[in-house]
Amino acid sequence: MADGSESREQEWADCVARVRDLRDEAAFASLFDHFAPRIKGFLMRSGADAATAEECAQDVMATVWHKAHLFDPARASVATWVFTIARNRRIDTIRRQRRPEPEDLGWGPEAEPDQADALALQQESARLGRALAALPDKQRTLIERAYFGDLSHSEIAAETGLPLGTIKSRIRLALDRLRHAMSQERP
Amino acid sequence: MTIRHHLTDQLLMAYSAGELPEAFSLVVATHISRCDECRARLASFDAVGGAVLTQCDAAPMASGSLAATMAMIRSRAIEGVGPPRERPAPVSGLFPAPLRDYVGGDLDRVQWRAVGGGVRQAILRTEGPGSVRLLRIPAGVAVPDHGHRGLELTQVLQGAFHDGEDRFGPGDIDVADESTHHTPVAEDGPDCICLAATDAPLRFRSLLPRIAQPFLRI
Repeated sequence: MADGSESREQEWADCVARVRDLRDEAAFASLFDHFAPRIKGFLMRSGADAATAEECAQDVMATVWHKAHLFDPARASVATWVFTIARNRRIDTIRRQRRPEPEDLGWGPEAEPDQADALALQQESARLGRALAALPDKQRTLIERAYFGDLSHSEIAAETGLPLGTIKSRIRLALDRLRHAMSQERP
Repeated sequence: MTIRHHLTDQLLMAYSAGELPEAFSLVVATHISRCDECRARLASFDAVGGAVLTQCDAAPMASGSLAATMAMIRSRAIEGVGPPRERPAPVSGLFPAPLRDYVGGDLDRVQWRAVGGGVRQAILRTEGPGSVRLLRIPAGVAVPDHGHRGLELTQVLQGAFHDGEDRFGPGDIDVADESTHHTPVAEDGPDCICLAATDAPLRFRSLLPRIAQPFLRI
Protein backbone atom coordinates (compact mmCIF):
# COMPACT_ATOMS: atom_id res chain seq x y z
CA MET A 1 0.00 0.00 0.00
CA ALA A 2 2.00 2.95 -1.25
CA ASP A 3 0.84 6.36 -0.08
CA GLY A 4 3.71 8.47 -1.32
CA SER A 5 5.54 8.27 2.00
CA GLU A 6 8.55 6.59 0.31
CA SER A 7 9.06 9.50 -2.03
CA ARG A 8 8.57 11.92 0.85
CA GLU A 9 11.29 10.19 2.90
CA GLN A 10 13.57 10.45 -0.11
CA GLU A 11 12.67 14.12 -0.53
CA TRP A 12 13.70 14.92 3.06
CA ALA A 13 16.98 13.06 2.59
CA ASP A 14 17.64 15.13 -0.55
CA CYS A 15 16.92 18.32 1.42
CA VAL A 16 19.49 17.38 4.09
CA ALA A 17 22.03 16.66 1.33
CA ARG A 18 21.34 20.13 -0.16
CA VAL A 19 21.82 21.75 3.25
CA ARG A 20 25.06 19.82 3.69
CA ASP A 21 26.53 20.47 0.25
CA LEU A 22 25.05 23.83 -0.76
CA ARG A 23 23.93 25.44 2.52
CA ASP A 24 20.59 25.63 0.68
CA GLU A 25 18.22 27.79 2.76
CA ALA A 26 15.14 26.87 0.70
CA ALA A 27 15.76 23.17 1.35
CA PHE A 28 16.22 23.98 5.02
CA ALA A 29 12.94 25.93 5.05
CA SER A 30 11.12 22.83 3.68
CA LEU A 31 12.64 20.69 6.44
CA PHE A 32 11.75 23.35 9.00
CA ASP A 33 8.10 23.61 7.89
CA HIS A 34 7.67 19.86 8.13
CA PHE A 35 9.75 18.91 11.16
CA ALA A 36 9.81 21.92 13.52
CA PRO A 37 6.07 21.76 14.43
CA ARG A 38 6.37 18.01 14.96
CA ILE A 39 9.42 18.40 17.19
CA LYS A 40 7.53 21.06 19.16
CA GLY A 41 4.48 18.79 19.44
CA PHE A 42 6.70 15.87 20.45
CA LEU A 43 8.41 17.89 23.20
CA MET A 44 5.11 19.28 24.50
CA ARG A 45 3.71 15.76 24.57
CA SER A 46 6.86 14.84 26.55
CA GLY A 47 5.99 17.40 29.22
CA ALA A 48 7.66 20.63 28.02
CA ASP A 49 5.72 23.91 28.13
CA ALA A 50 5.06 25.67 24.80
CA ALA A 51 7.86 28.24 25.20
CA THR A 52 10.49 25.64 26.09
CA ALA A 53 9.30 23.35 23.28
CA GLU A 54 9.47 26.23 20.77
CA GLU A 55 12.99 27.14 21.86
CA CYS A 56 14.17 23.51 21.80
CA ALA A 57 12.57 22.86 18.39
CA GLN A 58 14.48 25.83 16.96
CA ASP A 59 17.66 24.55 18.55
CA VAL A 60 17.10 21.03 17.16
CA MET A 61 16.59 22.49 13.66
CA ALA A 62 19.80 24.54 14.01
CA THR A 63 21.56 21.28 14.90
CA VAL A 64 20.12 19.71 11.73
CA TRP A 65 21.83 22.50 9.76
CA HIS A 66 25.17 22.20 11.54
CA LYS A 67 25.31 18.41 11.64
CA ALA A 68 23.92 17.71 8.16
CA HIS A 69 27.28 16.10 7.28
CA LEU A 70 26.69 13.42 9.94
CA PHE A 71 23.37 12.25 8.48
CA ASP A 72 23.74 8.83 6.87
CA PRO A 73 20.71 7.95 4.68
CA ALA A 74 21.81 4.30 4.58
CA ARG A 75 21.29 4.04 8.35
CA ALA A 76 18.36 6.34 9.14
CA SER A 77 15.50 8.32 7.67
CA VAL A 78 15.56 12.06 8.29
CA ALA A 79 12.64 11.64 10.71
CA THR A 80 14.65 9.08 12.69
CA TRP A 81 17.73 11.29 12.74
CA VAL A 82 15.68 14.30 13.83
CA PHE A 83 14.02 12.18 16.52
CA THR A 84 17.42 11.26 18.01
CA ILE A 85 18.47 14.93 18.11
CA ALA A 86 15.14 15.95 19.72
CA ARG A 87 15.35 13.09 22.24
CA ASN A 88 18.88 14.11 23.24
CA ARG A 89 17.74 17.72 23.59
CA ARG A 90 14.91 16.55 25.86
CA ILE A 91 17.30 14.59 28.08
CA ASP A 92 19.85 17.38 28.15
CA THR A 93 17.72 20.53 28.50
CA ILE A 94 14.42 19.40 29.94
CA ARG A 95 15.49 16.49 32.14
CA ARG A 96 18.98 17.91 32.80
CA GLN A 97 20.57 14.49 32.56
CA ARG A 98 23.65 13.22 30.81
CA ARG A 99 23.33 10.61 28.07
CA PRO A 100 26.37 8.52 27.19
CA GLU A 101 26.34 7.85 23.43
CA PRO A 102 27.98 4.93 21.57
CA GLU A 103 31.33 5.63 19.97
CA ASP A 104 30.94 7.33 16.64
CA LEU A 105 31.79 5.22 13.62
CA GLY A 106 33.82 8.02 12.16
CA TRP A 107 31.45 8.66 9.31
CA GLY A 108 33.06 10.98 6.81
CA PRO A 109 32.58 12.33 3.33
CA GLU A 110 35.11 9.83 1.96
CA ALA A 111 32.69 6.97 2.42
CA GLU A 112 29.63 8.00 0.44
CA PRO A 113 26.67 5.79 1.29
CA ASP A 114 25.53 3.33 -1.33
CA GLN A 115 22.54 4.82 -3.18
CA ALA A 116 20.65 1.52 -3.26
CA ASP A 117 21.19 1.05 0.50
CA ALA A 118 19.92 4.57 1.13
CA LEU A 119 16.84 4.07 -1.03
CA ALA A 120 16.01 0.72 0.57
CA LEU A 121 16.34 2.22 4.04
CA GLN A 122 14.01 5.12 3.20
CA GLN A 123 11.47 2.59 1.88
CA GLU A 124 11.73 0.48 5.03
CA SER A 125 11.24 3.58 7.17
CA ALA A 126 8.08 4.49 5.28
CA ARG A 127 6.83 0.91 5.68
CA LEU A 128 7.51 1.03 9.42
CA GLY A 129 5.54 4.28 9.67
CA ARG A 130 2.55 2.64 7.98
CA ALA A 131 2.83 -0.39 10.26
CA LEU A 132 2.77 1.89 13.32
CA ALA A 133 -0.29 3.73 12.03
CA ALA A 134 -2.04 0.41 11.37
CA LEU A 135 -1.53 -0.99 14.89
CA PRO A 136 -4.57 -1.32 17.16
CA ASP A 137 -5.01 1.90 19.18
CA LYS A 138 -4.06 0.37 22.50
CA GLN A 139 -0.81 -1.06 21.20
CA ARG A 140 0.16 2.09 19.31
CA THR A 141 -0.55 4.26 22.35
CA LEU A 142 1.77 2.14 24.48
CA ILE A 143 4.62 2.63 22.00
CA GLU A 144 3.95 6.37 21.76
CA ARG A 145 3.93 6.70 25.53
CA ALA A 146 7.31 4.96 25.73
CA TYR A 147 8.84 7.42 23.24
CA PHE A 148 7.16 10.45 24.83
CA GLY A 149 8.88 9.45 28.06
CA ASP A 150 5.68 8.49 29.91
CA LEU A 151 6.96 5.04 30.87
CA SER A 152 9.88 4.07 33.09
CA HIS A 153 12.43 1.65 31.66
CA SER A 154 10.92 -1.25 33.58
CA GLU A 155 7.42 -0.42 32.27
CA ILE A 156 8.53 -0.49 28.65
CA ALA A 157 7.40 -3.62 26.84
CA ALA A 158 9.75 -4.36 23.98
CA GLU A 159 7.14 -6.43 22.15
CA THR A 160 6.00 -3.74 19.72
CA GLY A 161 4.16 -5.83 17.15
CA LEU A 162 6.13 -3.90 14.53
CA PRO A 163 8.20 -5.58 11.78
CA LEU A 164 11.64 -4.42 12.96
CA GLY A 165 13.61 -7.38 11.57
CA THR A 166 13.81 -6.13 7.98
CA ILE A 167 14.87 -2.58 8.85
CA LYS A 168 17.45 -3.95 11.29
CA SER A 169 18.92 -6.19 8.57
CA ARG A 170 19.16 -3.23 6.19
CA ILE A 171 21.02 -1.14 8.74
CA ARG A 172 23.29 -4.04 9.61
CA LEU A 173 24.21 -4.39 5.94
CA ALA A 174 25.03 -0.67 5.72
CA LEU A 175 27.19 -0.96 8.86
CA ASP A 176 29.07 -3.92 7.37
CA ARG A 177 29.75 -1.95 4.20
CA LEU A 178 30.93 1.03 6.22
CA ARG A 179 33.25 -1.12 8.36
CA HIS A 180 34.62 -2.70 5.20
CA ALA A 181 35.27 0.71 3.62
CA MET A 182 36.97 1.87 6.82
CA SER A 183 39.24 -1.19 6.99
CA GLN A 184 40.21 -0.73 3.31
CA GLU A 185 41.21 2.81 4.11
CA ARG A 186 43.10 1.96 7.29
CA PRO A 187 44.73 -1.40 6.66
CA MET B 1 35.79 -10.36 18.65
CA THR B 2 32.76 -12.60 18.43
CA ILE B 3 29.97 -11.32 20.62
CA ARG B 4 27.59 -13.99 21.83
CA HIS B 5 25.65 -12.20 24.56
CA HIS B 6 23.67 -9.15 23.52
CA LEU B 7 21.40 -6.45 24.92
CA THR B 8 17.69 -7.21 25.33
CA ASP B 9 15.04 -5.52 23.18
CA GLN B 10 13.63 -3.91 26.32
CA LEU B 11 16.95 -2.25 27.17
CA LEU B 12 17.46 -1.09 23.58
CA MET B 13 13.98 0.39 23.38
CA ALA B 14 14.32 2.11 26.77
CA TYR B 15 17.70 3.55 25.71
CA SER B 16 16.23 4.66 22.37
CA ALA B 17 13.28 6.30 24.13
CA GLY B 18 15.75 8.10 26.43
CA GLU B 19 14.38 6.45 29.56
CA LEU B 20 17.38 4.55 30.93
CA PRO B 21 19.15 5.96 33.99
CA GLU B 22 22.63 7.29 33.26
CA ALA B 23 24.43 4.33 34.93
CA PHE B 24 22.72 1.83 32.60
CA SER B 25 23.01 4.10 29.57
CA LEU B 26 26.79 4.08 30.02
CA VAL B 27 26.91 0.27 29.90
CA VAL B 28 24.52 0.14 26.91
CA ALA B 29 26.57 2.78 25.02
CA THR B 30 29.77 0.88 25.85
CA HIS B 31 28.34 -2.40 24.52
CA ILE B 32 26.97 -0.84 21.32
CA SER B 33 30.32 0.83 20.64
CA ARG B 34 31.76 -2.66 20.05
CA CYS B 35 28.66 -4.52 18.76
CA ASP B 36 27.27 -3.70 15.32
CA GLU B 37 24.42 -6.17 15.76
CA CYS B 38 23.08 -4.20 18.74
CA ARG B 39 23.92 -0.92 16.99
CA ALA B 40 21.64 -1.97 14.12
CA ARG B 41 18.94 -3.15 16.53
CA LEU B 42 19.12 0.19 18.34
CA ALA B 43 18.80 2.00 15.01
CA SER B 44 15.61 0.05 14.30
CA PHE B 45 14.16 1.21 17.64
CA ASP B 46 15.26 4.76 16.79
CA ALA B 47 13.29 4.33 13.55
CA VAL B 48 10.19 3.64 15.68
CA GLY B 49 10.92 6.96 17.42
CA GLY B 50 11.15 8.60 14.00
CA ALA B 51 7.74 7.19 13.07
CA VAL B 52 6.25 8.39 16.38
CA LEU B 53 7.67 11.87 15.74
CA THR B 54 6.27 11.92 12.20
CA GLN B 55 2.80 10.91 13.39
CA CYS B 56 2.83 13.19 16.43
CA ASP B 57 0.31 16.06 16.55
CA ALA B 58 2.11 19.10 15.19
CA ALA B 59 2.22 22.24 17.34
CA PRO B 60 2.41 25.39 15.20
CA MET B 61 5.69 27.27 15.53
CA ALA B 62 5.67 30.90 16.63
CA SER B 63 5.66 33.51 13.87
CA GLY B 64 9.16 34.45 12.78
CA SER B 65 10.44 31.11 14.07
CA LEU B 66 12.31 30.14 10.89
CA ALA B 67 13.99 33.58 10.72
CA ALA B 68 15.01 33.28 14.38
CA THR B 69 16.48 29.83 13.70
CA MET B 70 18.42 31.11 10.67
CA ALA B 71 19.77 33.94 12.84
CA MET B 72 20.87 31.37 15.45
CA ILE B 73 22.57 29.32 12.72
CA ARG B 74 24.46 32.36 11.40
CA SER B 75 25.61 33.47 14.85
CA ARG B 76 26.86 29.96 15.63
CA ALA B 77 28.70 29.86 12.31
CA ILE B 78 30.46 33.10 13.29
CA GLU B 79 31.38 31.59 16.66
CA GLY B 80 32.99 28.75 14.73
CA VAL B 81 30.57 26.06 15.88
CA GLY B 82 30.43 24.92 12.28
CA PRO B 83 30.97 21.28 11.41
CA PRO B 84 34.39 19.72 11.47
CA ARG B 85 34.37 18.07 8.05
CA GLU B 86 37.01 15.46 8.72
CA ARG B 87 36.15 12.20 10.37
CA PRO B 88 37.39 11.92 13.94
CA ALA B 89 40.70 10.14 14.40
CA PRO B 90 40.24 6.47 15.24
CA VAL B 91 41.09 5.71 18.83
CA SER B 92 42.69 2.54 19.97
CA GLY B 93 42.69 1.22 23.51
CA LEU B 94 40.57 -0.99 25.68
CA PHE B 95 37.77 1.45 26.49
CA PRO B 96 35.34 2.76 23.87
CA ALA B 97 34.74 6.54 23.78
CA PRO B 98 31.73 6.73 26.15
CA LEU B 99 33.62 4.87 28.88
CA ARG B 100 36.79 6.91 28.32
CA ASP B 101 34.69 10.06 28.90
CA TYR B 102 33.78 8.83 32.39
CA VAL B 103 37.22 7.48 33.32
CA GLY B 104 39.10 10.45 31.88
CA GLY B 105 41.18 8.15 29.69
CA ASP B 106 41.86 4.49 29.10
CA LEU B 107 42.73 1.62 31.47
CA ASP B 108 45.89 3.36 32.74
CA ARG B 109 43.79 6.22 34.14
CA VAL B 110 41.50 4.09 36.31
CA GLN B 111 41.76 4.77 40.05
CA TRP B 112 41.39 1.24 41.38
CA ARG B 113 40.58 0.44 45.00
CA ALA B 114 41.09 -3.01 46.48
CA VAL B 115 37.88 -4.57 47.76
CA GLY B 116 39.21 -7.91 49.01
CA GLY B 117 40.06 -11.24 47.43
CA GLY B 118 42.30 -9.54 44.91
CA VAL B 119 39.26 -7.86 43.35
CA ARG B 120 39.55 -4.16 42.59
CA GLN B 121 36.90 -1.66 41.62
CA ALA B 122 36.44 1.93 40.55
CA ILE B 123 33.06 3.59 40.97
CA LEU B 124 32.18 6.00 38.16
CA ARG B 125 30.24 9.15 38.93
CA THR B 126 26.70 9.20 37.53
CA GLU B 127 23.47 11.03 38.39
CA GLY B 128 20.11 9.45 39.09
CA PRO B 129 19.17 5.95 40.16
CA GLY B 130 21.63 3.07 39.95
CA SER B 131 25.38 2.97 40.06
CA VAL B 132 28.11 1.84 37.72
CA ARG B 133 31.62 0.59 38.42
CA LEU B 134 34.62 -0.98 36.78
CA LEU B 135 35.64 -4.33 38.28
CA ARG B 136 39.01 -6.01 37.90
CA ILE B 137 38.99 -9.68 38.86
CA PRO B 138 42.15 -11.84 38.83
CA ALA B 139 42.05 -15.21 37.06
CA GLY B 140 40.31 -17.94 39.03
CA VAL B 141 38.75 -15.53 41.52
CA ALA B 142 35.00 -15.48 42.00
CA VAL B 143 33.07 -12.27 41.95
CA PRO B 144 31.44 -12.42 45.39
CA ASP B 145 28.36 -14.67 45.32
CA HIS B 146 25.30 -12.50 45.22
CA GLY B 147 21.62 -12.54 44.52
CA HIS B 148 20.11 -9.68 42.60
CA ARG B 149 17.34 -7.26 43.25
CA GLY B 150 16.47 -5.25 40.22
CA LEU B 151 18.53 -5.09 37.08
CA GLU B 152 22.24 -5.71 36.71
CA LEU B 153 24.29 -5.29 33.54
CA THR B 154 27.85 -6.57 33.26
CA GLN B 155 29.85 -5.74 30.14
CA VAL B 156 33.12 -7.64 29.66
CA LEU B 157 35.97 -5.44 28.43
CA GLN B 158 38.91 -7.83 28.86
CA GLY B 159 39.32 -11.46 29.84
CA ALA B 160 36.28 -13.61 30.50
CA PHE B 161 34.13 -15.08 33.24
CA HIS B 162 31.94 -18.15 33.63
CA ASP B 163 28.72 -17.90 35.60
CA GLY B 164 28.30 -21.65 35.97
CA GLU B 165 26.23 -21.91 32.81
CA ASP B 166 27.78 -19.69 30.23
CA ARG B 167 31.00 -18.00 29.24
CA PHE B 168 31.15 -14.23 28.86
CA GLY B 169 34.13 -12.97 26.87
CA PRO B 170 35.25 -9.57 25.57
CA GLY B 171 32.30 -7.62 24.15
CA ASP B 172 29.67 -9.84 25.79
CA ILE B 173 27.05 -8.39 28.11
CA ASP B 174 25.37 -10.25 30.95
CA VAL B 175 21.84 -9.01 31.65
CA ALA B 176 20.66 -10.29 35.03
CA ASP B 177 17.59 -9.67 37.17
CA GLU B 178 15.84 -10.99 40.29
CA SER B 179 15.57 -14.47 38.85
CA THR B 180 19.34 -14.80 38.34
CA HIS B 181 21.50 -16.57 40.88
CA HIS B 182 24.95 -17.02 39.53
CA THR B 183 28.55 -17.11 40.66
CA PRO B 184 30.76 -15.56 38.04
CA VAL B 185 34.37 -16.77 38.14
CA ALA B 186 37.13 -15.08 36.16
CA GLU B 187 38.73 -17.33 33.58
CA ASP B 188 42.46 -18.11 33.47
CA GLY B 189 44.46 -15.53 31.61
CA PRO B 190 44.59 -11.77 31.98
CA ASP B 191 42.51 -10.09 34.71
CA CYS B 192 38.84 -9.95 33.83
CA ILE B 193 37.80 -6.30 33.52
CA CYS B 194 34.08 -5.53 33.48
CA LEU B 195 31.81 -2.53 33.55
CA ALA B 196 28.86 -3.29 35.84
CA ALA B 197 25.71 -1.28 36.54
CA THR B 198 23.08 -2.11 39.12
CA ASP B 199 19.93 -0.36 40.27
CA ALA B 200 19.74 -2.08 43.63
CA PRO B 201 22.28 -2.84 46.34
CA LEU B 202 23.73 -6.31 45.91
CA ARG B 203 22.80 -8.88 48.55
CA PHE B 204 25.85 -10.87 49.37
CA ARG B 205 25.30 -14.32 50.77
CA SER B 206 28.74 -15.19 52.08
CA LEU B 207 30.09 -13.61 55.25
CA LEU B 208 33.23 -11.91 54.07
CA PRO B 209 31.71 -9.92 51.22
CA ARG B 210 28.86 -8.87 53.52
CA ILE B 211 31.41 -7.30 55.83
CA ALA B 212 33.06 -5.71 52.84
CA GLN B 213 29.78 -4.36 51.50
CA PRO B 214 29.93 -0.95 53.22
CA PHE B 215 33.37 -0.42 51.69
CA LEU B 216 32.17 -1.53 48.27
CA ARG B 217 29.40 1.08 48.44
CA ILE B 218 27.02 -1.27 46.69
